[in-house]
Amino acid sequence: MANMNPKRNEMPTLSPEYRATVFEEVALGYTREQAIDEAKRCLNCKHKPCVSGCPVGIDIPAFIEKVAAGEFEAAYKIIALSSALPAVCGRVCPQETQCEQKCVRGIKNESVAIGRLERFVADYHNTLNNIEVMRPEILPYKVAVIGSGPSGLTCAGELAKMGYQVTVFEALHVAGGVLVYGIPEFRLPKKIVQKEIEGLKSLGVKIETNTVIGKTFSVDELMNEYGFDAVFIGSGAGLPKFMNIPGENLKGVYSANEFLTRINLMKAYLPDSDTPVQKAKRVAVVGGGNVAMDAARCAKRLGAEVYIVYRRGMEELPARHEEIEHAIEEGIIFKTLTNPTEILGTDDGFVKGIKCVEMTLGEPDNSGRRRPIVKENSEFEIEVDCVLMALGTSPNPLIKSTTNGLETEKWGGIIADQNGQTSKKGVFAGGDAVTGAATVILAMGAGKTAAKAIDEYIKSEKS
Amino acid sequence: MYKIVKKRILNPTVTLMEIEAPAVARKAEPGQFIILRVDENGERIPLTVADFDREKGTVTIIFQIVGATTEKLNHKQENEYITDFVGPLGKATNTDGLKKVAIVGGGVGSAIAYPVAKKLYGLGCDVTAITGFRNKDLVILEDEFKAASNKFVLMTDDGSKGEKGLVTDALKKLIDSGEEFDEVITIGPLVMMKFVCALTKEYGIKTVASMNPIMVDGTGMCGGCRLSVGGKTVFACVDGPEFDGHEIDFDEAIKRSSIYAPFERKRHEDTCNLFKGVKG
Repeated sequence: MANMNPKRNEMPTLSPEYRATVFEEVALGYTREQAIDEAKRCLNCKHKPCVSGCPVGIDIPAFIEKVAAGEFEAAYKIIALSSALPAVCGRVCPQETQCEQKCVRGIKNESVAIGRLERFVADYHNTLNNIEVMRPEILPYKVAVIGSGPSGLTCAGELAKMGYQVTVFEALHVAGGVLVYGIPEFRLPKKIVQKEIEGLKSLGVKIETNTVIGKTFSVDELMNEYGFDAVFIGSGAGLPKFMNIPGENLKGVYSANEFLTRINLMKAYLPDSDTPVQKAKRVAVVGGGNVAMDAARCAKRLGAEVYIVYRRGMEELPARHEEIEHAIEEGIIFKTLTNPTEILGTDDGFVKGIKCVEMTLGEPDNSGRRRPIVKENSEFEIEVDCVLMALGTSPNPLIKSTTNGLETEKWGGIIADQNGQTSKKGVFAGGDAVTGAATVILAMGAGKTAAKAIDEYIKSEKS
Repeated sequence: MYKIVKKRILNPTVTLMEIEAPAVARKAEPGQFIILRVDENGERIPLTVADFDREKGTVTIIFQIVGATTEKLNHKQENEYITDFVGPLGKATNTDGLKKVAIVGGGVGSAIAYPVAKKLYGLGCDVTAITGFRNKDLVILEDEFKAASNKFVLMTDDGSKGEKGLVTDALKKLIDSGEEFDEVITIGPLVMMKFVCALTKEYGIKTVASMNPIMVDGTGMCGGCRLSVGGKTVFACVDGPEFDGHEIDFDEAIKRSSIYAPFERKRHEDTCNLFKGVKG
C-alpha cells in the first residue's frame, strides 16, 4: 500500500544563518528512512507520466520501487541505464518542471520527490567501494568529444559503453565544464563531479585538458590528421552578455561567469588560492536566472550585502523556485521591477553605485512573459561597490570560425537536427552550443541522442 | 605537467623559460599568447609567446616578476614542471602586405615584440626595431633584435646604454627624418603604448598595440579582459590581443589593470622569501 501522505519528505538543509557564511553543500540529502518513506509515495502508475518528463528517459517508477524495497544499488543500476550523471542531476535538474510536474501525486498534493530520491540513490552508490566496471569490447573507432560539460560527458559515457575509443577535449585545466566553473560548491560539491568523471575514465574515456579546439587543434585536424571517425561538439554557451550601459567597464563590474569562475574553478574564496576576487561590501546582481542566484549566494558567502536587480517581478524570475527560496532565506534582497541604466564610478575607476529605474509590467510579449515598461521619473541609486552581470550567455564562436562547412545560426548556435547531426559530415553537436543557454539535463539528453546518432553513423559509414 | 627545458635570467626581474608543449608549439604564431598555472593552487595568467620551436616542441615565454604568480614561476628551475600550459590563444599578428614597419617595444614587452620582428624580417619586410628600458641593467634581447632588424635603436631613460630618452623620442626622430612606415607595432607598458599611439596618430601612421589585460580563461568566457576599442567593448582574449592603437581607450585600460593591485602586493609578500624573513 502506497504512503498516501499528501506532503513529500522535506530534505534536511544547513541553517540559513550558518550556510550564508560557508561554501558547504546546503541540501544534506535524505536518510535511508526518509528515502524509503518517500519512495513509498509513488503509485507506480502503469503509464509512467514522469518518464515522459525526463529528457534522458530514466525508468523512474522502476528505480523508485527498488528504493522502497531498500535495494538502493539495484535502483542505481536502473538509473545508470539512462543517465550518466545521476548525482549531478539529482542536485541541479529542474525536476519541478520535468518529471515531478507530470507526477500523478502532484495533481492534488505534492508530487513524489523524484529528484531527491535520485540524489539519494547516486550518493548511496558513491559510498560503495570496488564497484565492478563492465568494459565492453573495444571497437576500432575513435570519437572526439569537444567540451567536458554535461552534454560532452554524457555523449562520451554513452559511446564508451558501446566500445568506442573516446577522447574528451577540455579548454580549461579541469574537466566538468559548467559543473565546475559555474555551479557553486554549495549546490554541487566538486568532489561529486570528480567522482562522475573518474567513472568515465574507468570506462576508458581519455580526457585531455588544456586543449582549446579551434586553437590547439581544429575540428578538421582531429578528423583528417588525428584519425577521429566522428566529432561531437558540446562546447556550451560560454560567452557572457553585457547590457551596454555606461560604466560597465569600471573596476568591480564582473560578468557572472567571471565571478563564478574565480570562485568555483579557481577557489578564490579559499585563503591558499592565488586567484583574487574583489571582496565587496555591497553587491548588485543584475538578472533573475539560476546563474544570478548562484552569483548572489556566492557574493553573500564572501561577506557582502547582496541585491538581486531584476526588471520583471518575483513571479517572473526564471530561476528555479528552490534557488529563489534558498536565496531569500540567506538574506539576499530582491529589487524586482528594477532595471539598471548606469553604473557609477569613483575617480579612480571603482564602482560606487548603480543607477536604476522602476518598471511596471505591460502586456505579454513574444516570450509570453509580461513586458517590463519603464516608470517615468522613477530613477534612483543603490550604493554598491560591485556589480555582477548575470544576463545570460551565448555560444563561443571559436569552433564555428575554425571549422570548414559548419553552419550556425545568426546568434551563434550550431545548426543541428534532432539527432545532433550538423551541416558537416561526421560532426555532431548538442547542449548549449546548439540551443543557447539551457539546463544541465537538456544538454545531457542531447549528448545521449547524439551518441546514438554517432553510433549509427559510424556503423553505416565506416564498417 | 609541462617541463621547463631551459631557464635564463635576462635581468634581475625578467626571466626566460622554454616550456615543452608540442601541441602549442605546433600552432603558435607571433602575437598569440598562452595561459599557464604554476601549481595546483595557482592562478591562470596570460603570457604572450616570445618564441617557439616547432621541431623541438617548445614555446618560450619571457616574464617580469610583478606578483605572486610570476614570483612562484621564477622559483621553478630547469627540468622542473608547471601544472598547466594552454594555447596558442588569441589572434596572430597580421603580417600580410607589410613592407616597412617600426616595432616599438618597452621593457619586458620587448620580449613579445621580438617574435613579431623576427617573423617580419624573415618575410623580407624592412624592420626598424626600437626598444626602451629604464637603464642598462634591464636591457634584454639586444643581440636578438639586432639580428632581426634592418635598423635597431636602443633607448634608456637614463642614457646608461644606447641613446638617452624614451622610445617615442626615437620614433619621432625617425619619422621626422623622412622614414615612411606602413605600420607601427607597439608592445610594452600601457602608458608607453598610449604615447606611441598618440604620436603616430598625429602623423597618421597605422598603429597596432598588443594588449595584455587581466584574464581568467582566455577563451572568451569570463569577459575580464574587456577593453573599449572604437567605443565598443571587445574581449582581448578572442578579439585581440592586438588592436588598432588609435581606437583603444588606454586610460580605461590603465585603470582596469590595477583592480587587484592590493591583493597582488599582499600575495607577493606572502610568497617572497625575503618578505617572509622580515615578517617572521
